[in-house]
Amino acid sequence: MKPAPFRYHRPATPAEAWETLAADPGAKVLAGGQSLVPLLSMRLASPPALVDINAVAGLDAIEIRDDGVHVGALVRHADLLASPEAGKVQPLLARALVHVAHPTIRNRGTSVGSLVHADSAAELPAVLALLGGSVVAGSVRGTRTVPAEQLFVGPLESSLRPDELALGAVFPALPEGAGVAFGEVARRHGDYALCGVAALVHGDTVKASYLSVSDVPTVVDLTGVPEEELGDVALQHLDPVGDIHATADYRAQLVRVLTKKVVRQARLDRLDDREAR
Amino acid sequence: MTTKLMGQKVQRTEDQRFLRGQGRYADDVAVSPDTLHCAVLRSPHAHARIVDIDVSGVLDVDGVHAVWTHDDLEGAMAEPLPLLIPHPALTEGRTQYALAKDEVNYVGEAIAFVVAADRYLAEDAVSRIEVTYDFLPPVVGIDAARAATNLVHPDVPGNVAARMEQSTGDVDAAMRKAPHTLALDLTVERSACTPLEGRGTVARWDPDTNRLQVWTSTQTSTGVRAVVAAKLGLDLGQVDVVTPDVGGGFGVKINHPWPEELLVPLAAMTLGRTVKFTEDRREHFISSAHERGQVQHIEVGFDDDGRLLALDVQFWHDHGAYIPYGLIVPIITSTQLLGPYKPRAYRVVFESLYTNTVMVTPYRGAGRPQGCYAMERTMDAIAEFLGRDRTEVRAANFIQPDEFPYDQGLIFQDGRELEYDSGDYPAMLEKAKALIGWDEFPAFRDEMAAEGRRVGIGLACYVEGTGVGPYEGAHVHIETSGKVKVATGLTTQGQGHQTVFAQLVADTLGCRFEDVEVVTGDTRRMPYAVGTFASRAAVMSGSAIHLAALRAREKVLRIAADALEAAEDDLEINDGVVSVKGAPLDGGAAIDLGTVAVLSNPLRYAFDEKSRIATQFSVGDPGKPPVADDDEPGLEGKDFYSPERATFASGMHAVIVETDPDTAEITILKYAVVHDCGRLINPMIVEGQIHGGVAQGIGGALYERMAYDESGQLLNASFMDFLMPYVTEMPDGIDIDHLETPSPLNPLGIKGAGEAGVIPSAAVFASAISDAEGFPITAMPISPSELFALRRSLVEPVETEDPS
Ligand SMILES: Cc1cc2nc3c(=O)[nH]c(=O)nc-3n(C[C@H](O)[C@H](O)[C@H](O)COP(=O)(O)OP(=O)(O)OC[C@H]3O[C@@H](n4cnc5c(N)ncnc54)[C@H](O)[C@@H]3O)c2cc1C
Repeated sequence: MKPAPFRYHRPATPAEAWETLAADPGAKVLAGGQSLVPLLSMRLASPPALVDINAVAGLDAIEIRDDGVHVGALVRHADLLASPEAGKVQPLLARALVHVAHPTIRNRGTSVGSLVHADSAAELPAVLALLGGSVVAGSVRGTRTVPAEQLFVGPLESSLRPDELALGAVFPALPEGAGVAFGEVARRHGDYALCGVAALVHGDTVKASYLSVSDVPTVVDLTGVPEEELGDVALQHLDPVGDIHATADYRAQLVRVLTKKVVRQARLDRLDDREAR
Repeated sequence: MTTKLMGQKVQRTEDQRFLRGQGRYADDVAVSPDTLHCAVLRSPHAHARIVDIDVSGVLDVDGVHAVWTHDDLEGAMAEPLPLLIPHPALTEGRTQYALAKDEVNYVGEAIAFVVAADRYLAEDAVSRIEVTYDFLPPVVGIDAARAATNLVHPDVPGNVAARMEQSTGDVDAAMRKAPHTLALDLTVERSACTPLEGRGTVARWDPDTNRLQVWTSTQTSTGVRAVVAAKLGLDLGQVDVVTPDVGGGFGVKINHPWPEELLVPLAAMTLGRTVKFTEDRREHFISSAHERGQVQHIEVGFDDDGRLLALDVQFWHDHGAYIPYGLIVPIITSTQLLGPYKPRAYRVVFESLYTNTVMVTPYRGAGRPQGCYAMERTMDAIAEFLGRDRTEVRAANFIQPDEFPYDQGLIFQDGRELEYDSGDYPAMLEKAKALIGWDEFPAFRDEMAAEGRRVGIGLACYVEGTGVGPYEGAHVHIETSGKVKVATGLTTQGQGHQTVFAQLVADTLGCRFEDVEVVTGDTRRMPYAVGTFASRAAVMSGSAIHLAALRAREKVLRIAADALEAAEDDLEINDGVVSVKGAPLDGGAAIDLGTVAVLSNPLRYAFDEKSRIATQFSVGDPGKPPVADDDEPGLEGKDFYSPERATFASGMHAVIVETDPDTAEITILKYAVVHDCGRLINPMIVEGQIHGGVAQGIGGALYERMAYDESGQLLNASFMDFLMPYVTEMPDGIDIDHLETPSPLNPLGIKGAGEAGVIPSAAVFASAISDAEGFPITAMPISPSELFALRRSLVEPVETEDPS
């Protein structure tokens, strides 16, 4: 469990980082390392070089702007979870982040890294997809904004190019009068979920986003669907598969149970909000 | 007057060191940059012939010092590893080689051994070795082993290593006459010890003294010493084995030698350098040992009260690709299955089967969890059949307190009669029922049902043979400083031996607890020892230490009596000072242990304060030799303890679980344990052992399994997918009550406690989940997904296609 040899770069600016990425083809960005380092140690990945971005200046800010929460590429899960401003502007973030791994991993792992890593079992990609957020990426060719629906293209596959550095992500603010909720079932606390659901209710619109039951985070429009049919309608858009932890059938059951529960919570969240005002 | 420490909740003295990160494990030994490191090429295939191994790409790698394959091994090193515990029934025992010869029989089997400047380079080198294989069909799982369409070892027909039968009474006749009979088919899957510290070995050859020094993370340093000497052609006297702190064993480290435990010393001798192997987690999963996998078929005949008239058990035990530890695990299952009960007639037949998977050696409980599961599932089935309370059926079968010693009429794991020494099962059941709230449960169930919640209660009883022989020894040395140095040969994996052994010495000798220092697992200090397994440390080494301390005490009193001109019988020892009973300490005649130690050695160079004080006393007879014929210089005591048979601890666990009607998630609402390990030396340590055991049991019952696919790949060889529970999966508390029925077999009346917590887990959870769900659970462990599937198949109406 020791990585194969690699070259190591530690740039200080975003420009230096993407120049290094361009100059050393095949190099991988190292952010919190909570996903990448295990892959290296088990020699499941052996990139020729790592570009460690932990010393890059200006990537660790959480900013609240009109359009939502802007999260820099070095913001750790724990920082975002602990940010009261972020929690106010988009409460779904904290509700999802408590399910991401364990405190020690959240202290190191980055929220943007989780998006780029594009694990369909991860919480934040499903949240970004539900909210219609985006990732900002930079390279020697310039910067561009990649909307969530174009970001997640396959299992563990994002549409960022190998020489692109994600600079940050934007999680849209919760619209007035909307409600959100998150729920999942995992084998042990902090494990990747067997199935997870994030829901957004806004006016008549009901949308749910799923993790661990499809190849990529999947958003399903459930507007107008009666409560008892929510899960079955969602399942038409999902593809739960079996593995050593749960059968496909069981995961489908979780889709039904969780969808109903989480949508109900999102509706209540909307009501709570009204009463609070 | 010194208060007795026996039975006190003395705080563990070792914890400060462990909690502050000051433990010293095998990997912390020899951290110099000169130390060489190893990596092992392991088979990626479950079953194959090795056609060719090409290491030519390895040696020219910078930093690589040596590579070994089987071709490079000589003499005893080229022979198969030892079969540690032969048994007449083990007719087809097979063990692996230190490095695979011609064939591999499980994913993870060692093929080549590389030594390099660091582990990174060693792993790089391993990836350059090229092996050509001829694939053979793998045998995975008990069904495949029994079907024997393919064989693991071509010369072992039916994949059967051993078939063993034991019985008492005429089972067939008793079964025919029984008013009621039932049959059960049960399975238990594999799990493993998974200590946080994996295996690790360091070796250094000293050419100046011609000695080999080995540090290894083991449960038996004397065993490793003997096998290293034999395999490397050394005299025992040339090999020292030291066990540093061990980060958990739970059984897996009693097996020895691991290939690396021989290859590291071989490399150290060959290269003249200190060599270290530290196993990584994946290696631990695929190349150490697992346990628990069994398939069981039980037939039982009983009367209207549920009394066992005939119990007929067959089981098939998956022991993996090799069987170095013999039949210990299935023998324990077959005998300890009986628990606290006395069936009129009992027959058990087992087959121990080869499969192309990691081998099986004892894991905490060592076959008892499976036996307890078989028996307790049977008890529940009888109660269900008769419509009786589950505790009533159990009580009807208990051995009664006045029936001890009770001979079950079988032969136990140690080759001796299965004879229980003491216990009080009816009293224990009452305590268990009270602790869990058995009688109040129906009301609680109704209350929960009204809220749409589903709960169940379960109970399981066990008896555990602990403290098996053959012996342990101890050496007690009182230094002139007054410090008491104690050595016993068995090893420590975090149990708290420092603390409990010091308690015993302080009590027996009369010295201060803080003055006692205990060393375990160092062959330089105690070369005769067996090891730490079978819940035997307290019983065996505890008794030996007590006896050795008594001997030291005798000598202290003899010398002190001479010095103080008093009769030995008039003396007492408190807080390390010998004085005349009843006399005031100040002014009265008194002498401290350190001074007695000075007086015990006629060569009295005055190097310290105690030697100066000693000059005021005179001992010995000037007309006789300074050291009498039957005496030795020095203030030491040494003794061995060797009991006639094992002591039998017992316990009952009860649990209340909640099962989610929608998601089938299983939540523990309450967990209760009543435990009897004879006289308690330190209740806090016993409770700690129980907590750890229960935690491991919860893992085995609800989370863990070894997920092999049909090609023999272990799909979950990491802590990401092997679901060892976190503290978040534990119940908020574990209620514990003790019962103390002293063992008549040893001077302290103690029994072992190390494994108990894990024994009834599968049984108690199966019982509670069955109770909640209303259908029997017959396969453990059980996950929410599996419980959901059971509900689907057993309870909910199956939708059938309308044929019209
Ligand atoms: C035991 C354990 C449990 C976990 N459980 C969960 C869980 O339940 N839910 C969950 O969501 N996650 C979980 N994780 C993963 C964790 O959240 C990771 O931290 C996260 O997925 C990746 O973030 P990172 O900063 O560690 O990325 P790294 O590991 O450093 O990188 C991951 C990948 O993303 C790329 N990358 C990272 N940052 C950038 C960037 N700025 N630009 C371009 N590419 C980049 C890297 O090149 C790499 O390919 C778990 C991890 C562990 C070890």
